[in-house]
Amino acid sequence: MSENNHLHHHHQNHCSPSPAETMSEDDEPGRPQPPDPGSKKTRNCAAVHPSPHPDRVLEIVLEHVLQFLTARRDRNAASLVCKSWYRTEALTRSHVFIGNCYSVSPSRVTARFPRVRSVAIKGRPRFADFNLMPLNWGAHFGPWVATMGKAYPWLERVYLKRMSLTDRDLCLLGDSFVGFKELELVCCDGFGTGGLAAIASKCSQLRVLDLSDTEVMNDGVDWISCFPEGETCLESLIFDYVECPINFEALESLVARSPALKKLRLNREVSLGQLYRLMVRAPQLTHLGTGAFGPSEAQGASDQEYDYASAFSACKSLVCLSGFREIVPEYLPAIYPVCANLVSLNLSHANINVEQLKPIICQCRKLQVLWVLDSVCDEGLKAVAAACPDLRELRVFPFDPQEDAEGPVSEVGLQAISEGCPKLESILYFCQRMTNAAVIAMSKNCPDLVVFRLCIMGRHQPDYVTREPMDEGFGAIVMNCKKLTRLATSGLMTDRAFAYIGKYGKLVRTLSVAFAGDSDTGLKYVLEGCHNLQKLEIRDSPFGDAALLSGLHHYYNMRFLWMSSCHLSRQGCREVARALPRLVVELLSYEGNEKMDDGAVDVLYMYRSLDGPRNDTSESVTIL
Amino acid sequence: MNAMYEKNIDLEATELRLGLPGTSKKEITSRSKKRPLDESTEGSSSNNDDRLECSAPPPSKAQIVGWPPIRSYRKNSLHQKKEEAEAKAGVYVKVSMDGAPYLRKMDLNIYEGYQQLLEALENMFKITIGKYSEREGYKGSEYAPTYEDKDGDWMLVGDVPWEMFIPSCKRLRIMKGSEARGLTCGL
Repeated sequence: MSENNHLHHHHQNHCSPSPAETMSEDDEPGRPQPPDPGSKKTRNCAAVHPSPHPDRVLEIVLEHVLQFLTARRDRNAASLVCKSWYRTEALTRSHVFIGNCYSVSPSRVTARFPRVRSVAIKGRPRFADFNLMPLNWGAHFGPWVATMGKAYPWLERVYLKRMSLTDRDLCLLGDSFVGFKELELVCCDGFGTGGLAAIASKCSQLRVLDLSDTEVMNDGVDWISCFPEGETCLESLIFDYVECPINFEALESLVARSPALKKLRLNREVSLGQLYRLMVRAPQLTHLGTGAFGPSEAQGASDQEYDYASAFSACKSLVCLSGFREIVPEYLPAIYPVCANLVSLNLSHANINVEQLKPIICQCRKLQVLWVLDSVCDEGLKAVAAACPDLRELRVFPFDPQEDAEGPVSEVGLQAISEGCPKLESILYFCQRMTNAAVIAMSKNCPDLVVFRLCIMGRHQPDYVTREPMDEGFGAIVMNCKKLTRLATSGLMTDRAFAYIGKYGKLVRTLSVAFAGDSDTGLKYVLEGCHNLQKLEIRDSPFGDAALLSGLHHYYNMRFLWMSSCHLSRQGCREVARALPRLVVELLSYEGNEKMDDGAVDVLYMYRSLDGPRNDTSESVTIL
Repeated sequence: MNAMYEKNIDLEATELRLGLPGTSKKEITSRSKKRPLDESTEGSSSNNDDRLECSAPPPSKAQIVGWPPIRSYRKNSLHQKKEEAEAKAGVYVKVSMDGAPYLRKMDLNIYEGYQQLLEALENMFKITIGKYSEREGYKGSEYAPTYEDKDGDWMLVGDVPWEMFIPSCKRLRIMKGSEARGLTCGL
């Protein structure tokens, strides 16, 4: 029974649907709906055994009841009640979420949950996105698809984040799962257009093909043409960051024969004229990624001047708009007809200024999610604050992501947003300078904040007015925002800031720290105080072995700990590995440092595993 | 210590570099090397570009790997956009010529190098400027093109690489007569 407890503790991760549309870069996969009780999918034991044993009656009832539990936290709790509930829950779980692909082996999952329809697996930690992790570190989908291919013939949905897949894996997926419906790959890599072609051609029931932020190698295969002829079931086709040219005629034909298509996000190879032709074929779209939003390079006669505004007018259900990858701002007014209904708008690739933003944003009264570039300046953010009282999520990306560049947005923009958007739940804000006062103001004006990520791009930057550390600002956030679960810090921070986080950040599950803190004490505060901490990623901060060892009581409850370029030694990490045998302690080394045996650690990445250390590591990885 | 894990599979990946991911090697090295003014003429003095960091500006603050935390696809496309924006922006400087009644203005960005700039100046003022050599400045005419740099000093046009010249040039002045001759007599 103790083993089951461990499994429970590991899977005890938060699961909640995102408030707005699933556009955020770090999203939990959507929960499936409870199955229709009348559907044939439910096990109907009564039909097999005409007069069931009394004990079985209870189990049958339980099965039917448990069908309606979809949140994995609830299911995990139910599985702990007793053996009977554990068994029944395992039989009725149709969606499995694996937060760390190395925490459990594929065969253990398929052994416990035999009737799974939908799987979500996460691989690499987030810092891998910023080149801090060796290539070929791992997180391979291969073993999973091989095992699931045999165990789950009825698998319908796969969601992967930061995993590596090969073309062969995709082929196998298409061959193994006859009724496969939804493939969502977020920040994945390793495959090419050949793999996509396999999916398109083999999965005749495909409803969703979502390649958000995923790298696809251009093997020259025309995958769009590989979809079957005739009407398709496609509801969602998302390939906005796939950097391969597209056979446009094939795409146009595909869109025309996909009457259920609601989400279409095009890559930047698609020109404005081509966009028009697609939009007129799919006025039922709810989500649109516009591609380039500019004329194609092979311009001139081929790109007539369409009435783009009329195409947008015709899309009466459009609520989510993105793209604008090579925007020609003169064409922006074409989107006016849809602004009033927009819930989500992503202009983070559009280098527009405040004058170009204003006429759009002032019409977006219902907007809940906005992503922009800092090219709109503080003035632009003021306009947002004035126009969008319902805003829940804001992301401001830097046009010039360098440490000492010009800073078009600052504490002024942050303050304005906090005053105009009191319902704000999630913010990601890149800037060159900030003040504690503005952060404190936000903590008070936006009590519903769940995610607060502030990136002052200059390292160790203090409050630029008072020259003090940013301790008070971040302290106010954890103190006043009682629902806060995710925090990313920056700027000059002393141990005091971590004392605040440890003391008040009781609900914090994800914490990102960079270039911060004075001593081991800082990290100790966090490890001792943040009881719900699941994911801790730290870089370039002066935390050493003593701090690491202060968290031994908590590491089994975490999804992972990442510490890079801190003050750890091999000795310290070895002590942790010895104290916690079920912890996999990986030491990763940067190029050129592998041979150095001075005991200093480049990267520590550790996580709980039920099945021991993995065997697919490369040379730069040492497992203690 | 801060080595990089680039997505490109090439040898450059193991190099420690100064610069954002997405900037090419070419850009970095050309900044520290002096280039001869006119690469097509080989007649004049030999020792042109073997002195490396003579008047190179200090290298930009070392870029830390993975900081700021922006995903590479975002950084790359933004970097391109930035270059495009800068290219289109136009670098207009005043141009004066000794003895001319009024000043002119020209956009330095439209020229690809000193050759074109000098030709444009010659056209604009209907003069001949003469040939540049590192040792002797502009020989063969009574005109010498000079510019005021960011420090307020008057420099001879052509000494530094073109890319370095553009951001540092605040205004141009075509010197004439004895002053100009003074510049060509080996300071």
